[in-house]
Amino acid sequence: MTVTTDDTVHGAAAGGLAARRVTVAYGRQRVLDRVDLHIAPGETVGLRGLSGSGKSTLARVLALLHAPDSGHVTIDGHPVGGARHRLPAALRTRVAILFQSPRSATDPRLSLADLIAEPLRATGASRDQASARTADLADLVGLTPDLLARRPHAVSDGQLQRACLARALVHRPDYLLCDEATAMLDASTQAHVAAVVTDYQRRSSAGVLLITHDPALMSRWATRVVDLPTP
Amino acid sequence: MTDLARPPATTPARTHPPTRVRAGRLGAGVAVGVLAAAVAACLLAPLLWPLDQSAVDLARTRLAPSPDHLAGTDDLGRDVALRSLYGLRVSLLVGAVAAGVATVVGGLVGAVAGTLGGRLDRALMRVVDTVAALPHLLLGIFVVAMLRPGLGAVIASIGLTHWLSTARIVRSELLSLRTRPFVDAAISGGASRTRVLTRHLLPHVLPRLALATTLMVPHAVWHETALSFLGLGLPPHLASIGNMINDGQRSLLTGAWWASIVPGLLLVAVTLALAVLTGRWRDRLDPRVRAELHL
Repeated sequence: MTVTTDDTVHGAAAGGLAARRVTVAYGRQRVLDRVDLHIAPGETVGLRGLSGSGKSTLARVLALLHAPDSGHVTIDGHPVGGARHRLPAALRTRVAILFQSPRSATDPRLSLADLIAEPLRATGASRDQASARTADLADLVGLTPDLLARRPHAVSDGQLQRACLARALVHRPDYLLCDEATAMLDASTQAHVAAVVTDYQRRSSAGVLLITHDPALMSRWATRVVDLPTP
Repeated sequence: MTDLARPPATTPARTHPPTRVRAGRLGAGVAVGVLAAAVAACLLAPLLWPLDQSAVDLARTRLAPSPDHLAGTDDLGRDVALRSLYGLRVSLLVGAVAAGVATVVGGLVGAVAGTLGGRLDRALMRVVDTVAALPHLLLGIFVVAMLRPGLGAVIASIGLTHWLSTARIVRSELLSLRTRPFVDAAISGGASRTRVLTRHLLPHVLPRLALATTLMVPHAVWHETALSFLGLGLPPHLASIGNMINDGQRSLLTGAWWASIVPGLLLVAVTLALAVLTGRWRDRLDPRVRAELHL
């Protein structure tokens, strides 16, 4: 039996980020079974599913962080395959991912400014270029220079998730995957993060994948909702 | 309600730390003192003490401790206290260098296994298991026997038998770090494999590695002593704790206990002090272990 989660994937134009018949198993436990998903530029796809249905795994596959056991990911119609390290950096940086817990998604040794600048430094930007872009992004997500100098342990979860958002946007990705990214945040930070993402999406027509358990957020933000069946 | 909103007017009086913590601090203080005294004595002895440590004086053999010879003389009339310090100097030097060698070997093996993974990882870990299955003193004797006797052979013997735990520590740390989301975030941000390793993984392993090295120094010192005691370590004319204990045991039956007890006690005091300090360092690095110790 073929499980097709997302019917638009077959009729989709060349553009977009898509998972095609993706299967992932951890040992003998099959987490994703021939799953299809398509994110067109500019749209926000909501992804729902019970706990353990593989939402985060699908996001990691789409972010090119986990090679599926079968099936593949396509970007603008071109299949992307292979181990995560072997992919060219220019391809990896087209898809950004925002994790649920900013605490575990940040290197505790780096200051927030270094965290945001790190992807730029990693891809060969100079210190000056990186710090200029960091300052712009910090302003966008609402981080003061005082906060930028601190390390993750000295800021709140909300402030840290703002830094993670800035880091995710630093390469101007074409696709942004939000894996429960606002679940741990208070209402006002949540609203601000959502506003920054939608604003970025409007200006750059990026595709967004929204994984959330919050029905209000889902209905307000997602242009289309896909249900992931439990395998 | 207002009580909750207002910060407490006065900070609570500082309570005394529990007895165990105070005992720990005292122990650390003593350890620092012992180590500092031993290192200072090792460094200063040749400058301040005009006696020659290897000067044989057959007219003054097996003299009991006296103001002239603080720890007596051995069966060749050499000053035991002075030779003990020279011996300790050699032992500490060998211990530190050998621990460094073991760390480099173990660190490299662990880093390769932990980052590359797969078949190479499995193969390397089987090598580690195999070497670990052999008694390491026996293996050390084998290594010494294959090389030209001397300082280099002793260091090689210790370094090549003590790298296993370091390799395991580095590998397991890397394996657990590799799955952390911040590594995913770095990769997703475009970081190369080398950059992930050098900037995000290794800095987290370094404190562990430094600790493992320091914990290994007492081990290495004991290993060197054991080899020298068995006559496989340093040449007999060089003062080393192991050589001295071995030489001294010949005098034991004549009543000259000081010739082997004094270097032995010195070794015990210095390695215990080292172990106490590194133990405290480990507790600081790993709060979970510390919590277990305080239970």
